[in-house]
Amino acid sequence: MLKSLALILLLATAGFGEPGSGNPEDQSGSRLTDPGARLEDAAIVHALNRLTYGPRPGDVDRIKSIGLHRWIDTQLSPSRIDNRALEARLERLETLTLDSETIQREYAAPAMVERRQRRAAEMADQNASAADGADSPDQTGRMRMPASDAQRRNRRVVADIEEAKLLRAVYSERQLEEVLVDFWFNHFNVFAGKGATRNYISEYEREAIRPHVLGRFRDMLGATAKSPAMLFYLDNWLSSAERDRGLAPSGNAAASQPRSSRRGINENYARELLELHTLGVDAGYTQQDIVNVAKAFTGWTMQPRQGTGFMFVPRRHERGDKVVLGQTIRSGGVDEGERVLDIVAAHPSTARHIARKLAIRFVSDNPPAALINRAAARFTETRGDLREVVKLIVLSPEFSSPGAYRAKVKTPLEFVASALRATGAEVRTAQPLARTLRDMGMPVYFCQPPTGYEETATTWVTAGALVSRMNFAVDLSKNAVRGVRVPLSEEQTLAMKIGAPEFQRQ
Amino acid sequence: MSNELFSRHECATRHEDDGRPECASRRIFLRQGGMALLSLGFAPGFVSRIAAESAERRKLLIVVFQRGAVDGLNMVVPFGDAGYYRARPNIAIARPGAADGAIDLNGFFGLHPRMSALKPLWDNKALAIVHATGSHDSTRSHFDAQDYMESATPGVKSTRDGWLNRYLAGTGSREPGTGSREPGTGNPLRGIALTRQMPRSLQGNAPALAIGGTDDFAVADMSARTSFEELYAAAQQDQALRSTAGDAFDAMKTLARKTAGQYRPANGAAYPRSPFGQAMREIARLAKSDVGLEIAFAESTQWDHHVNEGAATGQIANRLDDFSRGVAALALDLGDRMADTVILTMSEFGRAVAENGSRGTDHGHGNAMLVIGGGVRGGSVYGKWPGLSVDDRFEGRDLAVTTDFRDVFAEVVTKHLGASRQTIAAVFPGHAIDASRFRGVLRG
Repeated sequence: MLKSLALILLLATAGFGEPGSGNPEDQSGSRLTDPGARLEDAAIVHALNRLTYGPRPGDVDRIKSIGLHRWIDTQLSPSRIDNRALEARLERLETLTLDSETIQREYAAPAMVERRQRRAAEMADQNASAADGADSPDQTGRMRMPASDAQRRNRRVVADIEEAKLLRAVYSERQLEEVLVDFWFNHFNVFAGKGATRNYISEYEREAIRPHVLGRFRDMLGATAKSPAMLFYLDNWLSSAERDRGLAPSGNAAASQPRSSRRGINENYARELLELHTLGVDAGYTQQDIVNVAKAFTGWTMQPRQGTGFMFVPRRHERGDKVVLGQTIRSGGVDEGERVLDIVAAHPSTARHIARKLAIRFVSDNPPAALINRAAARFTETRGDLREVVKLIVLSPEFSSPGAYRAKVKTPLEFVASALRATGAEVRTAQPLARTLRDMGMPVYFCQPPTGYEETATTWVTAGALVSRMNFAVDLSKNAVRGVRVPLSEEQTLAMKIGAPEFQRQ
Repeated sequence: MSNELFSRHECATRHEDDGRPECASRRIFLRQGGMALLSLGFAPGFVSRIAAESAERRKLLIVVFQRGAVDGLNMVVPFGDAGYYRARPNIAIARPGAADGAIDLNGFFGLHPRMSALKPLWDNKALAIVHATGSHDSTRSHFDAQDYMESATPGVKSTRDGWLNRYLAGTGSREPGTGSREPGTGNPLRGIALTRQMPRSLQGNAPALAIGGTDDFAVADMSARTSFEELYAAAQQDQALRSTAGDAFDAMKTLARKTAGQYRPANGAAYPRSPFGQAMREIARLAKSDVGLEIAFAESTQWDHHVNEGAATGQIANRLDDFSRGVAALALDLGDRMADTVILTMSEFGRAVAENGSRGTDHGHGNAMLVIGGGVRGGSVYGKWPGLSVDDRFEGRDLAVTTDFRDVFAEVVTKHLGASRQTIAAVFPGHAIDASRFRGVLRG
């Protein structure tokens, strides 16, 4: 307990100066006196701040004993790191290992059926009470009923992914992998609040994102493109050729109307694929490129009710050659989409876009152009090997330059997770923490736009956000955050450290 | 066929050229503004109060951003344009008079049927609409278009601050005793966003707040609060956090003093319980607490209806219901303060004229903005209607833009906020403000 407090004090006072000016040796008031040791510690704390969700008590010494570069190497090969302690904590989250189809069938469908029945019953009730002249029970006119077993079970699906997200951030030994899973999920963001998307997220993160964060970009791109979560969230499952050739002309126009009117392309995925997932905004593509990409992906679909995986339905596919970014894609059914992904994954704009985003995450909000250029070149020459790109960035001189020290403001997730790690907190249930993040403007898995959350300080340094952080620090130090216990220390001191300006940066 | 409709619509826009001699008179302004509000059932007796106090009373601009690109053609429905019905076999709003039809405004345009809460404001000439407005930039990216609208520099990515912040920075604090202000100092309560993140519109050098609500904006533990205040004040090397925290503590004290006690909306205003409704309620509360609020910002979300948009019912109907009831409740609650208030709504772009293959609409171009307030020349739809036939559309698919959104912003900044030429130039860099392009939405 004393040890953890001492570490926090160390973190707060052995600051590395301010963005741009941060020479570690400028600092007075440090408890460390040997300048060489201080520099080494500074480099380790900096690496911990950027490659993990923040230092835990004892982390600096541990890394010092194995060596910083060796530790970074290990983090770049997460499968070599024993993570059983975390896995034990995740065991009780029963939906975490299920696929979308099972979740849809066993968790979502029963609740949906029941909701329909209840709604019918409510309507009947309301008609009856209206006839009695009774007041409606609340302003929305909806009767509040206690949650049923089916509904509680359904809620577990979102609760489990939220809980797992926080537990992993705090307790995973494969910290860099967690940081990257967060980065790439955010890059390929899907929103749990859009209909059935919530039922697909567990599988999405587990199968489309996590296996590829230190693998090949093209593999991750392909996996997201075919995931039920992305197909549903960005509407491509509905996108279809203007005319459905598979249907025989119907004599009954009225009967065929609803069906045929649902045909036509939907540009949503195509646009975000180019703007957000690959080339980046303003990368020179045109509206016609978007339309042609959308046509190439017609027929890439899934079945929301069943939560089934990717299907290609040839009769929904718009035939014919398509020109995308100046390249002609020959009419070829499902392969056209694959060709589009090949073209955009290999495009120089994509290399720059990804290099820049990673540099912003790991180095600073305005990363040096030279670093972006080198990282983009590495992306291109390794054909999108993300381990190589990340490695280049975190081993670059720019990463450990004084200008990068404390240059980043923590996002709410980074702040909460780092506070829990710094205090050696025991998290029994993370639901209240998920609510804290919602209040701080960063509800996990509930970022509505496809852009994902902003990474830069201007978004997160606001008066309201600072007040929320201070209150969290006070609550945490008083053990007033439900579901969380921190080893008791002098609460005021602890609160001051977590709420301090230094702790908002990394 | 379209000639008649077009000319009928021109009647609505002709106001801008009528010279409006009567509007130059303050007496008439008061009479008209007062009539409009009185007939809405707002608290009487404010006319004399205004006459006495208006010199000191702050103007308030409330900006509502409909994020995700509201379908302006189903919000302010051009039912008089046959092209509308041709392009939307499944999701069009029926003509007025039909079941679930549009609420007729002027024989050509109508409000979505679930926007009835705003109709009294229209009838009392407190609500004006600018249609076919937007950006000359053709981006259909939410991200870019929001960025461009909030920075008010379409096509320029390098603009660091938002237009509302530049207004605050250019006008300084009017708090007594803080006449000589430096950049980055001043009353942060002049500009408040009821959002968890600082919106682009309010980012910049002038202090401003982004808060979820007044009640949760406090550090309840007094000793911790004092210590934090000292800690951040001493953080000389971290100006960003130091000045933000300084603003936070100042604002916290003022708010605690001026918004104490439970808030009760006036005039029977009933806010939706939604986040948007609650943001509207908080704005009214802050406006009435006289903390120095001049610019308020709120956002209404989930307008990106690519799939099953719905028409008179369904997704867009539910969102418009929430939006309209929230805005209407705010106007009702503010009562006589509406004489000094403008509520301006906007969305990053409109949606394609034709519905897509999923009974939704893809990203488009021109859109409609609502302008509400005592000084608004309401009861008219402003702008030139470009028509919805394929040839009239922007790039053959979208509602064309005939009014640059910056000219609507600029008219509000000029006539409502009364900004100097110098301030106006600073708020709209790279866009020469020419009053002849104003649509005449506001008096003065």
